[in-house]
Amino acid sequence: MLVGLMRSLTIAFGAFALGLVIGVAGALGKLGGGGATRQALDLYTTIVRSVPELVLILIVYFAGADLINGVLTAFGQEKIDFNGAVAGIVVLAVVQGAYSTEVIRGAILSIPYGQIEAAHAYGMSPWLTLRRVTLPALLPFALPGLSNLWLIAMKDTALLAVLGFGELTQVTRQAAGTTKAYFTFFIAAGGMYLLATMLSNLLSRRLEAWATKGVAHV
Amino acid sequence: MVHREKVAAGRLRMDTGTLTPIVAAAVLAIYAALRMRWDWLGDYYPLLVRGLGMTVLLVVVTSSLGMLLAIPIGLVQVVGPKWLALPARAFCTVIRGTPLLLQLWLLYYGLGSLFPQFPWIRESGLWPILRQAWPYALLGLTLSYAAYEGEVFRGAFKGVPKGQLDAARAYGMSGFLTFRRIWLPQAFRRAMPTLAGETILQLKATPLVATITVVDVYSVAAQVRQQTYLTYEPLLLICAIYIVLAVVITRVFTRLSGKSRDNTAFRKT
Repeated sequence: MLVGLMRSLTIAFGAFALGLVIGVAGALGKLGGGGATRQALDLYTTIVRSVPELVLILIVYFAGADLINGVLTAFGQEKIDFNGAVAGIVVLAVVQGAYSTEVIRGAILSIPYGQIEAAHAYGMSPWLTLRRVTLPALLPFALPGLSNLWLIAMKDTALLAVLGFGELTQVTRQAAGTTKAYFTFFIAAGGMYLLATMLSNLLSRRLEAWATKGVAHV
Repeated sequence: MVHREKVAAGRLRMDTGTLTPIVAAAVLAIYAALRMRWDWLGDYYPLLVRGLGMTVLLVVVTSSLGMLLAIPIGLVQVVGPKWLALPARAFCTVIRGTPLLLQLWLLYYGLGSLFPQFPWIRESGLWPILRQAWPYALLGLTLSYAAYEGEVFRGAFKGVPKGQLDAARAYGMSGFLTFRRIWLPQAFRRAMPTLAGETILQLKATPLVATITVVDVYSVAAQVRQQTYLTYEPLLLICAIYIVLAVVITRVFTRLSGKSRDNTAFRKT
């Protein structure tokens, strides 16, 4: 079960990080991109946020596997079987990306526009503006939403059990099935998840306190 | 004149804005109609409708029951005595801190394996019900909704300005009357937008019950997938179904919140 927990946490962390990258790119695309980019991103976030994760995970899993294998066969390579952890990370990242796009978009919108204008006035390149001004400034606005997303990422890893990945919930089910002590094992797994979320809560509160150091409290 | 042109231009822009998704959907629909197999629809149609009914029923029943539970859970955390507030707080933390899938499995497999050990449960009249899967699905989803909503209501109750409550007391309203006429309606209005989002999340949680053998619309799609070896068609179909359901939920809540706003406007005059 501890191995399962570690796997769960690894997948959650990977998915969250990759989702963040998608989120930043998506938010910038939604705010600064052309019409087509914006609408494509709108479509992506709307669909992902209104279709159940379980269904999405199945679709992304099968479609992704087909797509990559299609590309591989087109280049004359052998088909590959997917490493469970990598597939899980990618699948969950697609889901997380949509949510973090919205969180980060909201956070960027709540940065006083003068700050970004000032960066332009100093002759900063867009990339430098993003790195030096936009990202640090959006942190206090985005952190509550992002810490929420991290919790969701952790709980969503349980859904991968349906696909048969050996993460915490799946391992627990197997253990419970062999020993017939369903109640004990599920309670124990619940305790592990709870511990992980409570620790993350503590951590995110610390982080928030650190990130909002320079922000006036209203 | 200028103003009208601006409005017209705005409308035009909105039209092109909504056009692309429609075009994308149309292209996908045409592709789906031409390149995919839909002949299984005839065979599975009755089952799909039954599954859809189950999904809708689960969302409606569990959100209503959950809401009824959530109001006291939120309330005791704001005004309740400590021995009520602490368990409510713990309940919210535990439910929100563990995956719903795990909760459902705990209830179904865990409780389900504990119950048969007690003869008096097995001999009671409830046993035929407890042997089925849906009570566990109902309980799990209701508790989950109650915990998330309890948190929402806690914030909503807290957010009502204290002056309003003081004013009610000054009018000589009793505690319960204040709650019914002032506190609850205002908290409800505050919670409304969040409730809409949470109910969509509840809709998105329903396919999990398929893993404990309740036949909802998702499990029908999974069945189609296993029996016909078609991967994308059933999944796309239920995607569309869930999107439509989400739109319906949004509409219902927009109408509800519009109504409650009218109410307050009426009372103000």
